[in-house]
Amino acid sequence: MKLPTIPTILAADPQADRVVPPSGAAARLTGLVAGAMAFLAVFALALSLAAGRLADRWGEGLARTATVRISAAPDQMTLQTDAVLAVLAATPGVASSRALSIDEQRALLAPWFGPDLPIDALPLPQLVEVIETAAGYDGEGLRQRLAAEAPGAVLDDHTRWRKPLVQAAGRLRLLGWLSIGLIGVVVAAMITLAANAALAANAQVIRVLRLVGARDGYIARAFVRRFTLRAVWGALAGSVAGMIGVSLLPRADAAGGFLTGLGFQGAGWLLPLTLPLLAGVVAFLATRAAALAKLRELT
Amino acid sequence: MPMISKPLSSIHQHGRLKPRGASAKVLAVQDKRQTRVIAFDSAAYNYGGGELLSEVSLRLAPGSFHFLTGPSGSGKSTFLKLCYAELLPTSGRVTLFDREVRGLSRDDVALTRRRIGVVHQDCQFLDHLPLAANVTLPLTVAGRSGPLQDLTDLLGWVGLGALAGALPPSLSGGERQRAALARAVIMGPDVILADEPTGNVDWEMSLRLLTLLVELNKMGKTILVATHDLNLIRQAKAQVAARVLRISKRRIQLAGADL
Repeated sequence: MKLPTIPTILAADPQADRVVPPSGAAARLTGLVAGAMAFLAVFALALSLAAGRLADRWGEGLARTATVRISAAPDQMTLQTDAVLAVLAATPGVASSRALSIDEQRALLAPWFGPDLPIDALPLPQLVEVIETAAGYDGEGLRQRLAAEAPGAVLDDHTRWRKPLVQAAGRLRLLGWLSIGLIGVVVAAMITLAANAALAANAQVIRVLRLVGARDGYIARAFVRRFTLRAVWGALAGSVAGMIGVSLLPRADAAGGFLTGLGFQGAGWLLPLTLPLLAGVVAFLATRAAALAKLRELT
Repeated sequence: MPMISKPLSSIHQHGRLKPRGASAKVLAVQDKRQTRVIAFDSAAYNYGGGELLSEVSLRLAPGSFHFLTGPSGSGKSTFLKLCYAELLPTSGRVTLFDREVRGLSRDDVALTRRRIGVVHQDCQFLDHLPLAANVTLPLTVAGRSGPLQDLTDLLGWVGLGALAGALPPSLSGGERQRAALARAVIMGPDVILADEPTGNVDWEMSLRLLTLLVELNKMGKTILVATHDLNLIRQAKAQVAARVLRISKRRIQLAGADL
């Protein structure tokens, strides 16, 4: 049996197209469903990509850093800071460490308190930035040594808040891809239903075509082509609408730099344009399977 | 309205509507090689509620003309459906062009049907296509096309030349029957099967359709007409060497001279 293939679907056959009645709510529904689903898929894709960027940033950018916070009386601060730096210098797994300057600490606090903060007058803790080696250090051992050498020092390796965030971002990315997969399944299911409805509604047409010597492949091609093209055009319209929607979202800068923004960056804008092709492949496979099954059932 | 503006033989002898082995010489060769186009060997058909046809054994030779008669519900349509593999026998064998239908793939069935023109009682058209497109449908599904002049001649032959653009629902019963006949012959089939072709038309139109079938038979086509119209059969026997098969008590017998 000569089955419809994607090249034969793309090759227009006006004669074959005409044998199937032109109207049909099922075919129109296919375009609508593909468009709506592509629109949602664009947002799911944007969400997934943004979550991925976030997870990467939190995972990679913060994974190798830690902070030691020293709270001590002013006359003890320098001593304890030196002690902490000495402990860190002797700790395996610590690549480097340095005490933040007054200006750096002021810059850190500026987003919350403004640039004119009189930092000298405040009992602020001294912060020490720690960079790990690839092998990392023994956090618990370092805490114990710091407690012995500098009682006011507290090690914050960001693990407590970073891990859940990285996990959440990773799961958000997974959910985005899962959503796209589900959207694909829904599109396939809806197109299968629509194709079955169209085939059932055209049972008499199919009977006549078989009567005059049409092969299953010829009949299936007429239906598959129609549904595939409807899905492609619907998905294209939905994707473009979705991209316009994403482009109208607030930019990442407006979110203060913490969030990377829900959108596409650079070549990422090309990804939504693959959705019509995916919709076409899904529609092609779903309709072909439905058509051949229905043909065996009908004649 | 002129019924036959041009003999079908002249239409088929030039252009793409020429049937497979259209010339008399080629048909004669076919006759020697193939002694039967349709054969039943102890074939039976059971709808599930008991046998409708039993122990049917017969041969339709190339170029023969047969009528199939019997009361309503006796199995005439079922027999015709077995002849073009819309139904498969529940027992026994049915052979089309020397190939048993059970061994045919779905594509083989489609290709076999291109050699069999069928005229249904209800005609079965695609209502969204104009008459000309319906008549050329067998060519369309076969990926072939014919010269426009041949189509015009064919429609003229069945007296529908002026209705090429009409949609089937707007046609009368007789026009639909003639259009169905034109569609049945456009591929130049070896066999024409007609199921009650005169069931919905008046006597004058019945005679016109009969004339068309007789002309096809004279071109070498094998004709099988299911009908309960005994007057039509008598009229045909005056024009052509037609044999009459009768379905009686689920079996098919050759009818006697009482017709």
